[in-house]
Amino acid sequence: MIEASGLGKAFGDVQALADVDLSASEGTVLGLLGPNGAGKTTAVRILTTLLKPDTGSARVAGHDVVRDATELRADIGLAGQYAAVDENLTGEENLTMVGRLYHLGRAAARNRSAELLGRFDLEDASGRLVKTYSGGMRRRLDLAAALVIRPAVVFLDEPTTGLDPRSRLALWETIEDLVAEGTTVLLTTQYLDEADRLADRIAVLDHGGVIAEGTSDELKGQVGGERLEVRLEDREDCEKAVAVLAELGSERPAFEDDVVRAPIADRRGTIAEAVRRLDAADVGIDDIALRRPTLDDVFLSLTGHAAEEEETEEA
Amino acid sequence: MTALGDVLVLAQRNLRRIPRNPDLLISFTVQPVMFVLLFVYVFGGAISTPGLDYVDFLMPGIIVQTMAFGGFVTAIGLSEDLSKGLIDRFRSLPMSRGAVLAGRTLADVGTNVVSLIVMLTVGIIAGFSFSTSVLDVTAGIFLMLLFGYAFSWVFAWVGLTASSSEAAQAIGFIAVFPLTFASSAFVPPDTMPSWLQAFADANPITTVVDAARHLFVGTPAGTDVFFAFVWTIGITVVFATLAIAKYRSAISK
Repeated sequence: MIEASGLGKAFGDVQALADVDLSASEGTVLGLLGPNGAGKTTAVRILTTLLKPDTGSARVAGHDVVRDATELRADIGLAGQYAAVDENLTGEENLTMVGRLYHLGRAAARNRSAELLGRFDLEDASGRLVKTYSGGMRRRLDLAAALVIRPAVVFLDEPTTGLDPRSRLALWETIEDLVAEGTTVLLTTQYLDEADRLADRIAVLDHGGVIAEGTSDELKGQVGGERLEVRLEDREDCEKAVAVLAELGSERPAFEDDVVRAPIADRRGTIAEAVRRLDAADVGIDDIALRRPTLDDVFLSLTGHAAEEEETEEA
Repeated sequence: MTALGDVLVLAQRNLRRIPRNPDLLISFTVQPVMFVLLFVYVFGGAISTPGLDYVDFLMPGIIVQTMAFGGFVTAIGLSEDLSKGLIDRFRSLPMSRGAVLAGRTLADVGTNVVSLIVMLTVGIIAGFSFSTSVLDVTAGIFLMLLFGYAFSWVFAWVGLTASSSEAAQAIGFIAVFPLTFASSAFVPPDTMPSWLQAFADANPITTVVDAARHLFVGTPAGTDVFFAFVWTIGITVVFATLAIAKYRSAISK
């Protein structure tokens, strides 16, 4: 449903996107993961016809993003981080307006609006001006506006940025329902847990290029398997601890900030065995846990910096 | 026809906002009324307009000024739509490309009609009367609305160019206020110092005001009516072109 190859876009001297390939098959979620300024929004803008690429080409729902822009727009929905809804209209008026701009008839637009307000739990607020809505309600309305024509492909540009945890979870569930109905979704996010939960495949973007691509598990596989992490009571014990855990782990453990990290091959019985051996060696344990690598680790190992710390503006 | 439909849907959206924002509603109704009353009763006695009651002299001028300012909602609205991402939403829809700007400026015609009715009502209560034929009055009202429409495009360009809606509003006021006062709108230019009189005589606002005065109260106008339409259409063409170009590039960021 989404096929892009060699996409590039520069703004003056800034190369916002360079030689980006993306693909998503029908009914799946493609996650674009990256920090601010990585080029996620630029990619979405090209795929939704808001921006023309300098290089490369892309097809969405069978339409070329440059040549068939008008036809393409009739098959997609876009919801963004800004919750692009009109504050001076009611929720109902917003959705009806969008329906009419998709050229549904007056009655059809109204019916669809009522249907979506019900589905997104905005029925009670449908007659209220959007400026009285909470952030979560606005995002839901924004998402509803993207779904007015039951689009084949939906683009969600950082749909949960700035939402409280409860609204975020609710929006995730809505997106999951949408995908279950067969909609293809392209989701950008700077939250690793969001990509982990929602995306079938993830493309990691940094400085305008795709630096890794695969399923969440494949990406995690790239940074290795599970690790045993032991926080020591006394850092003086570190050499003893490393020696003990080296016998348990598959590689030599690393020690940093009072924590010994030992890659392990098989998790069964590992914690109990580690506790027994450390105890026997008279090493005090403050905390001990098995940890699967997260997308944070993936990001850190791929880019050398954390995903959510960079403060540069999105291009 | 779908393009016209899109324009009407958006014009309706823009008009709905007005009664829901009391400050906007005030600027279209109370503000022109206040201006009419202040000028008629405060300055009116001090300004001499030979051969005309001041209220008859004033009304065409103050209507032109109000029409010139009528488009500021377009500046604020477009600026907000840009910053809030609504323009992106509109551009991702399979709608007519020009509908956003056309819907804005068309909505301004609606609000200008409201302002015009309110002002004429107050003016008539304060002693104003038309002294020309129905045809002339109709032509005058048409010129006023057309002139307001031309300035809506000026404000559309300002709204798309300014960095924020506050800046758009400030730029609009700073540009339009002196332009309307340094004209024949409120006082006869021959009472001004000669350098200002030269400016006022060359000012297109003077041409439009003199045309309106001719069409409403029958003062001599020479070629002013013809040139008022030329100026109005010229401003519309130039600023519509600028605004449309700006609209295309403003979102291609």
